Amino acid sequence: MAGLAAAFGSGAMTNTIADIGEADVILITGSNTTENHPVLSTVVKRAVKNKGAKLIVVDPRKIKIAGFAHQYLRPNLGSDVAWINGLMHVIIKEDLYDKAFVEERTVDFSSMKEILEKYTPKYTEEVTGIPAQQIIDAARMYAGAERGSILYCMGITQHTTGTDNVKSLANLAMLCGNLGIRGGGVNPLRGQNNVQGACDMGGLPNVFTGYQPVNNEDAIKKMETAWGVTDLNKKVGLKVTEMLPKAHDGELKALYIIGENPMVSDPDLNHAEDCLSRLEFMVVQDIFLTETAKMADVVLPSRCFAEKEGTFSNTERRVQRVRKAVNPPGGAKDDWKITCEIGTRMGYAMAYTDSEAIFNELAKVTPSYGGITYDRIEEEGLHWPCPTTDHPGTPVLHIGKFPIGRGNFHSIDYIPPAEQVDDEYPLYLTTGRVIYHYHTGTMTMKTDGLNEQAPGCFVEISAGDVAKYNLYDGEAVIVSSRRGLLKAEIKVSSKAVDGSIFIPFHFARAAANKLTNAALDPVSGIPEYKVCAVKIEKAA
Amino acid sequence: MDKQQLVVINGNEYPFSPGETILEVARRNSIEIPTLCHLKGTTPTGACRVCVVEVEGARTLLASCATPAANNMIVKTESPRVVTSRKLAIELLLSSGNHNCAARASEGKDWTEFQLNVGKDDDSEELCPVWGNCELQNLAYKYQVKGEKFPITETKYPMETVNPFIVRDFSRCILCGRCVQACNEVQVNNAISFGNRGAATKIVASGDRPLKDSDCVFCGECVQACPVGALVEKDTRYRVRHWETEKVRTTCSYCGVGCQLELHVQDDKIVKVTGVEDAKPNYGSLCVKGRFGFNFVSSPERLTKPLIRKNGELQESEWEEALDLVAKNLKDIKMEHGADSIGVLTSARITNEENYIANKFARAVIKTNNIDHCARL
Repeated sequence: MAGLAAAFGSGAMTNTIADIGEADVILITGSNTTENHPVLSTVVKRAVKNKGAKLIVVDPRKIKIAGFAHQYLRPNLGSDVAWINGLMHVIIKEDLYDKAFVEERTVDFSSMKEILEKYTPKYTEEVTGIPAQQIIDAARMYAGAERGSILYCMGITQHTTGTDNVKSLANLAMLCGNLGIRGGGVNPLRGQNNVQGACDMGGLPNVFTGYQPVNNEDAIKKMETAWGVTDLNKKVGLKVTEMLPKAHDGELKALYIIGENPMVSDPDLNHAEDCLSRLEFMVVQDIFLTETAKMADVVLPSRCFAEKEGTFSNTERRVQRVRKAVNPPGGAKDDWKITCEIGTRMGYAMAYTDSEAIFNELAKVTPSYGGITYDRIEEEGLHWPCPTTDHPGTPVLHIGKFPIGRGNFHSIDYIPPAEQVDDEYPLYLTTGRVIYHYHTGTMTMKTDGLNEQAPGCFVEISAGDVAKYNLYDGEAVIVSSRRGLLKAEIKVSSKAVDGSIFIPFHFARAAANKLTNAALDPVSGIPEYKVCAVKIEKAA
Repeated sequence: MDKQQLVVINGNEYPFSPGETILEVARRNSIEIPTLCHLKGTTPTGACRVCVVEVEGARTLLASCATPAANNMIVKTESPRVVTSRKLAIELLLSSGNHNCAARASEGKDWTEFQLNVGKDDDSEELCPVWGNCELQNLAYKYQVKGEKFPITETKYPMETVNPFIVRDFSRCILCGRCVQACNEVQVNNAISFGNRGAATKIVASGDRPLKDSDCVFCGECVQACPVGALVEKDTRYRVRHWETEKVRTTCSYCGVGCQLELHVQDDKIVKVTGVEDAKPNYGSLCVKGRFGFNFVSSPERLTKPLIRKNGELQESEWEEALDLVAKNLKDIKMEHGADSIGVLTSARITNEENYIANKFARAVIKTNNIDHCARL
């Protein structure tokens, strides 16, 4: 999200889900849309099938949505900046860009143009592996759109160059004037139900709610007054990916973990386990005894979504109601109640009658949520920013102007992934999800039918590589990286391309994240889950 | 010149926009025209003939779902001719398979041997699994149609039960094609289609294979679209009666799309999930996880009591003890090592309100900005 914030001043999906159906051209990259956002993918598929929209898919795996594409481009893992620059090079060379938009609404175009000079189709082909003609065709197609929509997901962000990748997509969209219009935009698809809300609500080390910086005097004053405290900490805190090393070094002594399972989701799990085990005190609040909870000193049972009242904010910034349908098991409590009781016991009284009372308080200190009330979203959610109770919400961001005034073009050069294949580890590994499971599987693996459809880990590999390494479909293999290894079965698939394999990360017993690289994007702190070097051997 | 165009329905004039069908104009104005094969937002097929209306000057009755409104068109939606035709359409549908609800005399003697065998296999000799929640039954009830007029068509295809989620009972399929529309035009999964021809027509998946061996991804859009008992969630069949469930609208807890769900609750347990029709952002659509992945809620593995590590083992404890211990330890660590020696991982899974509280707890109580969640992971 840091990439979009730097370009536009706001790091969220610029347009709505329904808006995708208004686009003439849709560019999907780094998103296995049909498996990870199935319902959203139907909007894309309908736009292509019924409305004649053109679809460009750029992805290292030949995923299902590629079957709907007019153009499918296959880049080498981690070469995103290069192909995006390549597209922009063509668009500028052929004079296909939106000059009025660039002139009136952006800055730093000329320095970017200089960087792009060397990204000729030929050079881009060398770096990305995408044939030059495909670069030219895709550039013409995207630039030819009156309304072009870009959709991306973790395949763009989970790289050491993740922030650069996002900025590059923002460059491309601005170059073609695709912002502030229906059917346009740069749209990060959020993978978890309330990841948008967790960010909006200050679940980040550098900002209070509504992205108000923790080191901004006015914001500090405002929060101190609202919360009746003094001396709020002005120092930007640690990102999750920084907390673990600090735990390892003994600087971080205690962790209070709510509804997270870093013991399956974190990169380089063997190291993560070592870090967590060094903590003096660890509290885990969850609905199940997860791999992480098993390591805790205290485990607190909480309620799941069907047992509580509240709101989630979806990927299109729509704040929607969550309602209680069933009673919680045993003594499980609302997460907010547990946190409030701990706070109160620590000497700061936190008491609320219900979730609505909390919402009203947060709306007061969060300008973008200021006009939202439970009454207003009873039937249909509202898109933030919604500053006042008579404001209709904002489905499309950046109409007329960006929050920071003009949009920033960034001049970005291609940097290879942190880890490259070599003689010892000759294959690239990328990771992700499958349609039948969700993240670390804590929830989906409780439904037998889902397990029946996707019973366990597998190694997706191309027919070419199976022959090359003398393996057969269904054979058990050991996949190892410099950090760890796992055992799983081979699955030959047309999705895989020679030289790179895919492993889903859901399965704790064969955890793909034992292999992944914890190298981080220097700005966002996101690990490079999507590229590392591995080798594959027959399981003895 | 630009005079508003008007269509006359049951004696009243209604404006319409070009291309709008008679059915759409009627629905917009709360005039009820029954439909069966019609699936909103998809191409009309006009297959079931239930929505027929009388249009002055037209030789035959017209399917209102497929006929565009025209200026000065005079339409009758419940004329004697319409009602007679509609009854016939319903009678034919009732005779097309095992529609053994009260609308049809359900004596065993009416049944073919094959049907009885199919029924035995699935303990469904008595009643249809969607009795009381069936659009065909509703129509039969409304128009007081019995199913005895025509002999029952023999069912040719056995039931498919070999996947974990959906039972396909071809004996109850009326070939309305709503599932095909749902799969191809709404979800665009292109997994099922009309197969064979004439009397042998069947809804097939990828060259007549079981769903689990086809392109089907079990989104269940077809089940939600099925107006009869041909497609039913496996786990609800003969276990859940819809009037005994309470429906609670909420937001899905899986990916970030935020689909609007209806949780069907029976005896304090979620027994079924459907998508909320006509509501953004999903307009009734769901995926396999949202529709079928709810068993975790009532899993026996759910945590019910706090656990505290004693002598190296996690042991059940009371809330008071656990909360006191957490507060005391965090306080002590803060005192000894400073606020920044503590971190909070909040969650993309919990509500906005709970994230706000976690943020307030970290910043106002602990006085640290060490708070993050798994957006990066």
